[in-house]
Amino acid sequence: MTKDHKNEPILQLDNIVKSFDGKEVLKKIDLHVNKGDFIAVVGKSGCGKSTLLRIIAGLEEISSGSLLVDGTELKGRNQLAKMMFQDGRLLPWKKVSDNVGLGLKSEEKKQIPTILKQVGLAERANVWPAVLSGGQKQRVALARALIHDPELLLLDEPLGALDALTRMEMHELIEDLWKEKQFTAILVTHDVEEAVALANRVILIEEGEIVMDLPVHLPYPRQRDNPLFSSLVSQILNRIMGKKRKVEANLTTLAKTSTSASVRRA
Amino acid sequence: MKFKRLLPWIVPIVLLGSWQLFSSIGWISNRVLPNPIDIFTAAVELTKSGQLVADVWISTQRAFWGFVVGGGIGFLLGLANGLSKTAESLLDSSIQMIRNIPHLALIPIVILWFGIEEEAKLFLVALGTFFPIYLNTFHGIRSVDKSLIEMANVYGLKGLSLFLEVIFPAALPSILVGVRFALGITWVTLIVAETIASNSGIGYMAMNAREFMQLDVVVLSIILYALLGKLSDITAKLVEKRFLKWHPTYQK
Ligand SMILES: Nc1ncnc2c1ncn2[C@@H]1O[C@H](COP(=O)(O)OP(=O)(O)OP(=O)(O)O)[C@@H](O)[C@H]1O
Ligand SMILES: [Mg+2]
Repeated sequence: MTKDHKNEPILQLDNIVKSFDGKEVLKKIDLHVNKGDFIAVVGKSGCGKSTLLRIIAGLEEISSGSLLVDGTELKGRNQLAKMMFQDGRLLPWKKVSDNVGLGLKSEEKKQIPTILKQVGLAERANVWPAVLSGGQKQRVALARALIHDPELLLLDEPLGALDALTRMEMHELIEDLWKEKQFTAILVTHDVEEAVALANRVILIEEGEIVMDLPVHLPYPRQRDNPLFSSLVSQILNRIMGKKRKVEANLTTLAKTSTSASVRRA
Repeated sequence: MKFKRLLPWIVPIVLLGSWQLFSSIGWISNRVLPNPIDIFTAAVELTKSGQLVADVWISTQRAFWGFVVGGGIGFLLGLANGLSKTAESLLDSSIQMIRNIPHLALIPIVILWFGIEEEAKLFLVALGTFFPIYLNTFHGIRSVDKSLIEMANVYGLKGLSLFLEVIFPAALPSILVGVRFALGITWVTLIVAETIASNSGIGYMAMNAREFMQLDVVVLSIILYALLGKLSDITAKLVEKRFLKWHPTYQK
C-alpha cells in the first residue's frame, strides 16, 4: 500500500444493523474508512464497540446492511484484517517467537526476529508468555498481527490492561509502526486521551449509533499539553457525559474504569 | 538447609526403628507382623530364586497393557465426543450410564467369562482406567478457551493445525490429570484382580504365601504394590513436567 492510495475507501459500512437475540446492539452504522486512516472508536461500556470491530473482522455476521471491504462484499473472515485483542490471547504453550509465527509458512517465519526487534522484544524470543509483563505480552500480540503485514489492523482495547506509563510507550510504538507500515488502523478504546493522541478521526458510539465523528488534525507526535489537544479531549468527554460537564472528575473516573477492567488477568 | 532436606525422613526412620526394636524384644509377635529385617531377607531370597522378578514383571505388564488399552480407548472416545457434538449425543449418555457400575463389582461375571486368564485382568484394568481418561479428555477439550480458538482462526489456523497447535495443548493439563488418576486405579484394580483371580503376579504371591503362613512375603507384596504405585506416579509427574513446561505451575 502506498501513499497515493489514500482517500480510497478500504471499508464501507452502510446501514449496518446487528442484533443478538432480538436486541439491537448496533442500530444504523454508516462508516467509510479510507486507506491509511487511524480511526479511534470510543463510547461507554456495552455500546457496541467490540461488536463493530468483530463485524469488520468477519467474526460476527451482520443482521442487515452492507459491508464492503476494498469494494467487495465481505463474506466470512476479513482477509485484509488482523486483530489485536484486549487480553492478548497468546498461546501459553508456545514460546514468544512461536506465538508470533502462528499460522505462518516456514519461509515467512524468517521475519520473526525482525518484527520482534521492531517491538523491542528481540531478547525475549525464547521465553514462555507466562513470564512476560502485561506490556510485553501486548507487544508480542502486536508483533503477531504485524508480521502478516495486514492492510487493516483492528485493535480492541489493546492497552486497557496496562499502566499509564506503559501505555504511553505503547502509543509511541503503535504510532511509529503505523507511520512506517502505512496500514489502516481502527482502535477501540475507553481512553479519550489515547484516542486523540493516536487517531486522525475519533468516532463516538452511543447506544449502537455513531453520534460524533471528529477529525483530529494535530501533527504527530502529539503533545498532550497542547491546548488544542485538551480542548478536543474535553469536547469528546462532554459529549459522552452529556450535561454534567465535570471534565476533570470524568477524566479520573474514566482512567479508573479502564485500569480496573484490567486486573483480572494478572 | 541440609537439615531441612532430612526432616521428612525422620518420622519414617524412627517408626521403622521402633518396629524392628519392638519385634526383637517380643512386644510385636512375628505371627501378627514380621519385622523389617525378616521382610528384607524374604525379598533377597525371592530375588535370588527369580520368583520376585517374575511376579513383579507379570504384574507390571498387566498394569501397562490394561492402562494402554483402557486409556487409549478412553482418550479416543474423549477426543471424538469433545470435538463433535454428534458423537457426544450418540455416545456420552451411554458412557455415563456404564460409569455408574463400579468396575470391581464385575469381578464375578468377569471370572465366569474369562476364568482366571490374562483377559480377566486386562478387562478389569482397562475398564477402570477408561473412565478417568475419557472424562478428563472430554472435559479438557470442551473447556478450551473459545477466545483462543477465535484468535487462532483470525491467524488462519483450522482443521488439523488448529487441533495440534491450540486444542490439544490446551486440553493436555486436564488429560494428564486423568492419566495420573487412572494410574492409581490401575494398581488398585490389579491388586483386587490378582488376589481373587490369578495364578501369577504379586497378588498371587501374597495369597500363596498366606496359605503357608509366610507373613513376611505377604507384607513384602504389599510393599511391592506401594512401590510400583509410587513409581508410576513419579513417572506421570515427570511426564507432566516435560509436557507442561509452559504452565505457570512449573515455572520458578
Ligand atoms: N455474542 C453475544 N450474544 C449476545 N449478546 C452480545 C454478544 N456479544 C455482545 N453482546 C451484547 O452486545 C452489547 C455490546 O457489546 P460489546 O462487547 O460490543 O460492547 P463494548 O462497547 O465493546 O463494551 P466494552 O467497552 O465493555 O468492551 C452488550 O450489551 C453485550 O451484552
Ligand atoms: Mg469491548
